[in-house]
Order: sequence, then structure tokens, then C-alpha cells
Amino acid sequence: MPQATYANTPVEVNEQGFFADPSQWTEEMVPEIAASVGIDGISERHMEVIRFQRAQFEENGDGVSVRALSKLSGVPVKELYALFPKGPAKLSSLIAGIPKPHGCI
Amino acid sequence: METSKVSIIVSRGSLEGIYPALIMANGARMEGMEANLFFTFFGLDAINKEHYQHIKVSTVGEPGLHLATMLGALPGMSALVTRQLMKTMDELDIPPIPEFLELVSDSGGGLYACQASVDMFKLSRDNFIEQVNDIITVGDFYEMADGGHIIFT
Repeated sequence: MPQATYANTPVEVNEQGFFADPSQWTEEMVPEIAASVGIDGISERHMEVIRFQRAQFEENGDGVSVRALSKLSGVPVKELYALFPKGPAKLSSLIAGIPKPHGCI
Repeated sequence: METSKVSIIVSRGSLEGIYPALIMANGARMEGMEANLFFTFFGLDAINKEHYQHIKVSTVGEPGLHLATMLGALPGMSALVTRQLMKTMDELDIPPIPEFLELVSDSGGGLYACQASVDMFKLSRDNFIEQVNDIITVGDFYEMADGGHIIFT
């Protein structure tokens, strides 16, 4: 399994860059993980979405896909795509150190 | 994921003809791919202000419904099957078509009407929901679809 180093800590990731072990994630790693998927400059609004996905995962064992992400977090769909242009649910999960959400919508 | 663009042609005006296209367009955007929907022929009902809230399942000629063809043709059958299906979809948190179109549009997916069909049904921009980006020709469509995948539903 490939390795990546964030905040000077080696972690195991899958081929797409998702954490193999979510317990290896810390919030200090966020800016570097984000940069690895082309998002430079993490704002507080990014962090809101990332923390939300992390909390969903800790509660339900899965992050949420885009419609639920918008409905439950209160961040409008348009803004989610402005924050994470290459896929809000997917990238916020990747940056949150959790697996890709299983929802279809 | 190397595929970066998908163009989906919606040619049918039935629920089962429209939903898969919406799910695939939204799914493409969720993967960070460019997605455009091209509504043609009866598929135009999906973006027609008068019809898009009343899209129904086609109950005739679909073996997958496991319903005798004669029964499927009975008045009200299409509405009944549609109601049942919508109830299940609501339980699964799948949005109704109007909300789904808004989701695709807000996600940055393009909604386009086919010029030839618009002319054929004597429609104009005013007949369509506000999210529709434009009415385009088949040539425009191929230009837009260039370099990506094309899916016909």
C-alpha cells in the first residue's frame, strides 16, 4: 500500500489517496493533504465541511455524499463546489482522512 | 480517474428514462468530471415547466415491471406505479426530478435543450425551467462533447 507523509508523519493511503486507517489522521495534516489534491489555502469554511465529514464518519462509519452533505451541513451545493471543485463529498472525505462516501446522490 | 467529461443524451420523457441520466450527471460532477445533459425529443419534458413536475413511469412494454401488458395500459396505472416508486425513492432520500435538476445545475452540470426537437414541438426558451443553460444544435452538442464520453438514454 502506498505511503504519504503529512505533518512529518508517514501514513498509509490507497491508490486514490484516501487514508487506509482514519485513526492516523490529525487536523494538523489538513493543509498538506488538501495541497496534494490541488486545494491550496484552506479556509475556515473548508474546515467546517471537513470536520462535518469527520463527525459523520465517527458517528455512522461513513461520510455523506453531496446532497446529504449540503442538506445536513447547511453549506449550499454551489458553495461546496466552489470550495472543492473536483468533487466536494469525495475531496472533503479524503482531506478528513476517511474513506470515500458510499452514497450515489 | 482519467475520464474528465461526460455528455448524456436524454431522449425519453418517462421517469425511468430521466432518473438514470440525472444520477449519472450528478455522479460525474461528484467525481469532479464535467457533465452536460442534452434533452431531446420526449426527453424535453424533463425540463419543460409544464411537465417536469409530473413525470411518470411508463407501464406499457416494460417486462421489468412484472405487470401484464393489458394491466399496464389501464387508466391510472402509470400514476399508481409512479406514486409507489416515488415513495420508495423518498424513503431512500432520492430527490424528485425538479430538485434533482436544481442539484445538477448547482453542481455545475449543464442542461441543454435540442434545437431540432424544440422546433419540432414548437417550443421556445420560455417553456423551459430557468436552470436550462441554452438551446443548442447537434453541432454545438458534438463540439461540447468533444474529448469526452457520450451516453444515450
